[in-house]
Amino acid sequence: MIDKGMPDAGMPDATGPAGRPVGRRIVLAMLGLGAAGVALGPAVRSGLGEVRASLSRVAPAVVPDDRGFRYFSVVGSVPRKDATTYRLTVGGLVDRPATYTLDQLAALPQTTVVHDAVCTDGWQVDAVPFTGVLLRDLLDAAGVRDEGAAVRFTCFDGAYSESLTLEQARRSDVVVALRMFDEPVPHDSGGPVRLFVAPMYFYKSAKWLSGIEVTSQVQQGYWEDYGYPVDGWLPGEEPVGA
Amino acid sequence: MPERVLRFSPAERAVHRATGLLFLVCLLTAVALYVAPVAQLVGRRLLVETVHEWSGLLLPVPALLGLWSGPFRADLRRLDRFTAQDRRWLAGLRSPDPHRGRLAGKFNAGQKLWASWLAGAVLVMLGTGLLLWFKFGLGFVPRAGVVLVHDAGAYALAVVVAGHVLKALADPEARRGMRTGSVRRSWAAREHGLWLDQKPKSPIPPPPYDGGSSSPSAPHASQAADDAA
Repeated sequence: MIDKGMPDAGMPDATGPAGRPVGRRIVLAMLGLGAAGVALGPAVRSGLGEVRASLSRVAPAVVPDDRGFRYFSVVGSVPRKDATTYRLTVGGLVDRPATYTLDQLAALPQTTVVHDAVCTDGWQVDAVPFTGVLLRDLLDAAGVRDEGAAVRFTCFDGAYSESLTLEQARRSDVVVALRMFDEPVPHDSGGPVRLFVAPMYFYKSAKWLSGIEVTSQVQQGYWEDYGYPVDGWLPGEEPVGA
Repeated sequence: MPERVLRFSPAERAVHRATGLLFLVCLLTAVALYVAPVAQLVGRRLLVETVHEWSGLLLPVPALLGLWSGPFRADLRRLDRFTAQDRRWLAGLRSPDPHRGRLAGKFNAGQKLWASWLAGAVLVMLGTGLLLWFKFGLGFVPRAGVVLVHDAGAYALAVVVAGHVLKALADPEARRGMRTGSVRRSWAAREHGLWLDQKPKSPIPPPPYDGGSSSPSAPHASQAADDAA
């Protein structure tokens, strides 16, 4: 038999005073703690990174050394490409379309660009060295026609795309990267070849790069279709007068 | 059949069920977004991110809707207020005798602390989550700090909610209370004696079957109602 009783609504459990409102103080304290964490976060972050790095040296299986990178992909699974299967095509509004193998790219003059990789999700990895072929070298080799004004990038994950204006693409800190931290770019970081657009948010640096196409105007990339800025300059990196 | 007492109203159980479900969706999508091996397996960032954002935004909604319910509001007041008995209950944790001083009302001191911590943590996650949602145009907010708090909060919440689930797994009658709404009187007497003391001493008798000619309520039942009011 169920005892319906009377709801003792609002009554303190114990006889006597209703007790102190500790619960709401705890809620407020949590909010304060959260705000303090947000304010102190940038200082704490580097310390945590060192802790994580040392942990991954002790137990690499438990704490993988991701150097602070987080794995993002817009598709379910990405095919793996290596020196024998990888191809990079350069085409569109150019005089000399070309297809490069990994070895051919590695034989071209290599440049290292060191810059923070900053994700729109809030994480960042400081001073990442990316090494590869300057994008403008590939464009010059292909011979951009007069009507070419922008560059579109496609990826062998089958979905991702990005774009830059021709002016942005010719910058000396935009590199088609083969190496990261002086090692081949790993698959999870967009290897064997990815773009690195140093002065912009990391979503502009397309992973698993497979196609470079010169176009007459900027074609929005994957995330830009969902509201991201087409010119994804990092704060303070936008060229004056741009 | 053992005598049972009402513990949770249908509204409270619905709030609990909806909140639990939303939390599970939040947790699973969070794992798929940020635990590298799972993220590599799942990918599909736009879909997972959207589900995570909306389940997170909706997480406090069942409790807000629950404010329409009197029993739910009453339980919020109980969870908020700490009495001298709650301090004795906490002191009893350190005692070698596990039952000394462990008298509790509808919620014991541990449950009150847990619920308050959870409410605060969910609000912090909601706030930092919204800051992360708006990726651009919030230059004055240190994003590294927001990520740090949201990450640390996620780990802490996972641990604390796992504790909640383990405690429930260890106590079938507590689970039955949340599932069916009622608990065995003997369980209530052992775990929440002060609460049971405030409920009527005897069950309300069934409605009379003699044609309805008797008085509308039995005297001892209305007496019990006066006691509880």
